Amino acid sequence: MTTVAELERRVEAGEDGLGDILEVSMGPHHPSTHGVFRMDVRLEGEKVVRLKPVFGYLHRNHEKIAEHGAYLSAIPYTDRLDYLCSMTNNWGYVLAVEKLAGIPVPERAEYIRVIVAELTRFQNHAGLVGFLLQDMGASGTPLMYAFREREKILDLFESLSGARMMCNYLRFGGLRVDCTAAWLEEVRRLVAGLPKFVDEFEALLRTNEILMARTQGTGILPRELAINAGVTGPMLRASGVNYDIRKVDRYGVYDRFEFRVPLGDHGDVYDRYMMRILEMRESLKILEQALRGIPEGPIMDPKTRLRGLRPKAGEAYGRIEAPKGELGFFLISDGTGNPYRYRVRPPSMINLTILEDMCLGHNIADVVVILGSVDIVLGEVDR
Amino acid sequence: MTALPTAEDLKAQIEAGVPGAMVTIVPNGSPSAQDSLLLDHEHARAVALFLRDHPDLRLDFCSLVTGVDWLDTELTEKVKVKKLAAGPDGVETEQEVEETRKTKVPGYLEAVYHLFSMEKKHGPPSLPVVLRLRTANRSDRNHVPSLTSVWRSCEFQEREAFDLYGIVFDGHPDLRRILMWEGFEDHPMRKDYVPPADDILLEARP
Repeated sequence: MTTVAELERRVEAGEDGLGDILEVSMGPHHPSTHGVFRMDVRLEGEKVVRLKPVFGYLHRNHEKIAEHGAYLSAIPYTDRLDYLCSMTNNWGYVLAVEKLAGIPVPERAEYIRVIVAELTRFQNHAGLVGFLLQDMGASGTPLMYAFREREKILDLFESLSGARMMCNYLRFGGLRVDCTAAWLEEVRRLVAGLPKFVDEFEALLRTNEILMARTQGTGILPRELAINAGVTGPMLRASGVNYDIRKVDRYGVYDRFEFRVPLGDHGDVYDRYMMRILEMRESLKILEQALRGIPEGPIMDPKTRLRGLRPKAGEAYGRIEAPKGELGFFLISDGTGNPYRYRVRPPSMINLTILEDMCLGHNIADVVVILGSVDIVLGEVDR
Repeated sequence: MTALPTAEDLKAQIEAGVPGAMVTIVPNGSPSAQDSLLLDHEHARAVALFLRDHPDLRLDFCSLVTGVDWLDTELTEKVKVKKLAAGPDGVETEQEVEETRKTKVPGYLEAVYHLFSMEKKHGPPSLPVVLRLRTANRSDRNHVPSLTSVWRSCEFQEREAFDLYGIVFDGHPDLRRILMWEGFEDHPMRKDYVPPADDILLEARP
């Protein structure tokens, strides 16, 4: 294969006979990018020899907005980071504030947090598999299966928090409102039906010939590179690294639940797809246990002042296992009512670091599949 | 899983393992108690490699890289100075007079790295090892060494700190703007950034 530097020299020298070298700008409005995201791809025939991700189209300087407001007023903005998973975004942020100011959380609130977070993970993974299959040409059907279940979960979020996607539900020191017994009953009924959906979803796809041909051996991410590049979440575990922050940090009440961390062998797109399916099953296990164990009690720490919180000068880093990977918030307080520094560690952006490495040598059509398996949301990548 | 050594132990280990390295502990006043280590530029990369490859630490995962802007501050202190001053009777005697002295403390930009270990895990809960690098000032001497060659995860995040804060990472393989567009001049996350007053929408109106 010709090296990139050699090609660049020949292109710049205006050499003839380079008709098989093509510069393609995929995006910003390419359907596979699920948002506004561009890849500058250089092709030799159909083979990718260079790929540079370009983003920032949705950049609104989220961090600056949060630094100008009170601690409380950043919560609704975090909903808009990864707009499919507002509950887990809230959790990442409130966890950082709780660490910064040393705020305790009542037990019932911790259980409800686990319930909403695992429901969020479930709908995110279901949606991702649907989109991935859509990108491979399975137009509609798997996505609609996924969205049928997602819809039920969003309905539950709506009756709990008032909004389907922009939930703005968690608060440092607890939650905004308590859930009712009827709501918990609804969740129990839904969770009882979900294993059947996963079985059905998996049976339709797992041994599908086209899926296997397109994904097995495609976009392999070696274990060492995944660690060094800071890849987190299901992508990291598909490469065989046992690192789940729910297990490593045991934030909230995750130490009380029995669940396994599924791991992949090859780190290809198929493993990443299977990781989502297996994690959905583990989420259901956690949900069943949380619904069984949820205690009665308050949902807010009575001493916490939501408005006018002024943490002591200092800093804290709080992180959670969001559906897409490690979502962290780094806060520096200077003792005033708004954070001096507010930083989001966006898992989807950092997982894009190795996109080029995974795509080199593959056909252009595989780029779409590989990008689909990373699971990005541009609201979070661009912030 | 073993617990991570304290900041003091880490400092001692680094200074023993990397000859010449200067490490300063930056205390953290919040209940999170995540103290950080301020490194000198010359040995930053060697220290990073030491932390990554040390058999007990194995800090193989650089989770978060970010910039922080600390503005120039003015330090006001009251000093008692002995001066010759005329008393009420007109005779000059030595008296103690209080004077306010103002010294300008130059601000700096700071790159902050949060490290964890995927191999050792160190927990639960696993606290980060926080490294800091500081520039000499906020204007012309805004360089720090890049750690992308140690942890690939720094690549995009150092670009972001360059883009939004104007920290130049020496040795970064591809230091370009990442979120703002090419040709944009300023660094919007700086504390003294003033957004342009002109309204693009009004200008676009025919």
